[in-house]
Amino acid sequence: MNTGQKKEIKEYTINVFSENHIGLLNRLTIIFTRRKINIESLTVSESHIPGIHCFTIAINSYENLVRKVILQIEKLVDVLKAFYYTTDQIIYQEIALYKLPTSEVTGYIGLETLIRDFGIRVLEVTPEYTVIEKTGHKTETQELLEKLKNHRLLEFVRSGRVAITKPMKELTVHLEEKGMAFNYIMKEDESY
Amino acid sequence: MFRENHENKKVATASKAGCTVTGSEALMLSLLEEGVDVIYGYPGGAIMPVYDALFDYRDRIRHILVRHEQGAAHAADGYARVTGKVGVCLVTSGPGATNLITGLANAMVDSVPLVCITGQVASPLLGSDAFQETDVVGISMPVTKWNAQITSAEDVPGIIAQAFYLAKTGRPGPVLVDITKDAQFGETTWSYRKCTRLRSYFPYPKVKLNEIQEAARLINQSRKPLILAGHGVLIAGAQNHLMELATRADIPVASTLLGLSAFPSGHRLYAGMLGMHGNYAPNVKTNECDVLIAVGLRFDDRITGRLESYARQAKIIHIDIDPAEINKNVPVTLSVVADAREALSTLLSYVKENRHTGWIDTFGSFRSEEEEKVIRPGREPAGGHIRMDEVVHQVSEKTKGQAVVVTDVGQHQMVAARYYRFNRPGSFVTSGGLGTMGFGLPASIGAKIGRPDREVVLFVGDGGFQMTIQELGTIAQSNVPVKIVLLNNQFLGMVRQWQDMFFRKRYSFTELQNPDFVTLANAYGIHGERCIKREDLAEKLDSLLASEECSFLEVMVEPEHNVFPMIPAGESVSNVRLE
Ligand SMILES: Cc1ncc(C[n+]2csc(CCOP(=O)(O)OP(=O)(O)O)c2C)c(N)n1
Ligand SMILES: [Mg+2]
Repeated sequence: MNTGQKKEIKEYTINVFSENHIGLLNRLTIIFTRRKINIESLTVSESHIPGIHCFTIAINSYENLVRKVILQIEKLVDVLKAFYYTTDQIIYQEIALYKLPTSEVTGYIGLETLIRDFGIRVLEVTPEYTVIEKTGHKTETQELLEKLKNHRLLEFVRSGRVAITKPMKELTVHLEEKGMAFNYIMKEDESY
Repeated sequence: MFRENHENKKVATASKAGCTVTGSEALMLSLLEEGVDVIYGYPGGAIMPVYDALFDYRDRIRHILVRHEQGAAHAADGYARVTGKVGVCLVTSGPGATNLITGLANAMVDSVPLVCITGQVASPLLGSDAFQETDVVGISMPVTKWNAQITSAEDVPGIIAQAFYLAKTGRPGPVLVDITKDAQFGETTWSYRKCTRLRSYFPYPKVKLNEIQEAARLINQSRKPLILAGHGVLIAGAQNHLMELATRADIPVASTLLGLSAFPSGHRLYAGMLGMHGNYAPNVKTNECDVLIAVGLRFDDRITGRLESYARQAKIIHIDIDPAEINKNVPVTLSVVADAREALSTLLSYVKENRHTGWIDTFGSFRSEEEEKVIRPGREPAGGHIRMDEVVHQVSEKTKGQAVVVTDVGQHQMVAARYYRFNRPGSFVTSGGLGTMGFGLPASIGAKIGRPDREVVLFVGDGGFQMTIQELGTIAQSNVPVKIVLLNNQFLGMVRQWQDMFFRKRYSFTELQNPDFVTLANAYGIHGERCIKREDLAEKLDSLLASEECSFLEVMVEPEHNVFPMIPAGESVSNVRLE
């Protein structure tokens, strides 16, 4: 590892804005695997700008390394712009779904506790099973998971992180600035 | 001459405008549009429609039939390095495509523009493990700048246009385009538009004046400046600007392996080559200078040695076109993210005349110590076997530093880099970042085809020669007059050197039992000679160089010679060992 590297591992959220091309996800993950960074969660969706896709990637790493990774991501031909944020710079959520025997929900745990103490939503109730949803930070969905593990939890799934950034500067402004900072062909290049 | 040709081709493609053509013909027309006059390839099932179309275009696009697809990639690489144009390969799917991978990786790390076209099974068969189907787009991802798959004829012109644009602009690199067989057979209406812009691709950072002015200030104030010139100088065609900067501000210039020939070896300001087997002075002076001006290089570990003790005392100015290279390995004082030529030409508006005589004089003692301990004993040995050093030295003298020198990888590569004295830019073709044995022979083919007007001399080791030796067949069939100098030490010399120095001389599997190389060359129809005695060397080199055709000379050299100076891996550049 380089000197000058702050040796503190933190949680970072990376936002990548890109063209929606096949294979880009593969190219992105190669950058992380080459540097032995584990992707904690990954969400891909369209962004607020038509035609531009957004990857939200949560990782734990050193800031110095994250900075290098961002530059390597931006080097990918199909990537317009990449950002990284510490957790205090974003508003983020994850969604978790839990499936339980209905008898447990109505019996031992108590639906009221779940709703009052955990703020869950009930998605489906059948005589056999009940599916509930909790949205929040991982610590919150995890806490509920730990509790339900003792109550014959049948299935559990948690989504990747989705995040909205606090800084007010808009992506389009970033992109305009970036576009202004570059040429697309060499002036002297006669062949173009 | 090339221009003229190109104009003719333009006419040919224009007359097809609006016509219905197959995907394969569209590919040929696209190549013509991009000014391609030669491709390196090898046919097979999944690329046969393209080869069939090529048959009609063989008078306008020269096809070099290699003997292995790796050879195609390296030949295209050698061609691209000496011409500055994009090298083009054409191969079949599956094994043809996978054979390209080493060549792609090599071009990727050395920033060489290639467009490699691979055939692919018909699109309905994709993903079904069809005969000779491999996921070449997936496999080649880490070793290409960009890649794409074409599954419909109408996409051929657009994707090919993008491929060329991406390969050659910005920091160049290899691009792979996979074309399914149905796209090759399919039909489309011909039209072509060059790609000049992609909204997500930012090839040329605009020079920021404040950065340049700050760089100029640091340079103008410096008392012990040192320029490091890398491959980026040659790629950008910035050697004249480099010369102007060096001479005006009186700054010594050191070169990376791939930067060799960007600055004339005989110039009073030339400090020599950097790195593990570089010259004594520039390595030591890296840790003494006050301002280090690094142009178009990426601070590879073979250059920096131990990072923690690399140029810590210096203010470092890093000029590079790739933002991801800044602070990647070496933390810098000031970065100028720009094309080397643009950056240097702007910088020249602010850099003042200067003299650093005292500082430059301090290089002298290091130079003479190296001369005395390493260079002269190698060039003029008292007796014994011929040394690689004297062979390269003589070739350098005989070609007056005007040849294109191509090397393979190993001791002979370092010796060639150290002792050939370059007088012309763009004269050294070698595998730098990947250190690919087997690169030399095919790369020399591409170099000679790219620059038929220049003498092309290949220095190759007995190990690496046998990795792509079958390309002698290509040379014979396509009549490529390269001059091959095989420096035969009967060892995997560079590995043996490490065993000698760092593994208690335990020569674990580095000795080679070789074939009769001269007979082998002859078998390919290539004239070959062997030189064993020192007194025959000059004459044999003369006749090699005088030959109009490809010619081969095997020189039996000292088997256990070690290349010095050497910075042992992971040590500081100050710890250069001269013996
Ligand atoms: C494809 C490949 N395999 C292995 C190596 C490791 N390697 C580096 S130099 C070298 C020895 C080269 O021997 P030779 O071609 O005879 O050249 P010499 O060093 O003797 O001049 C080897 C095996 C390599 N660089 N490339
Ligand atoms: Mg050898």
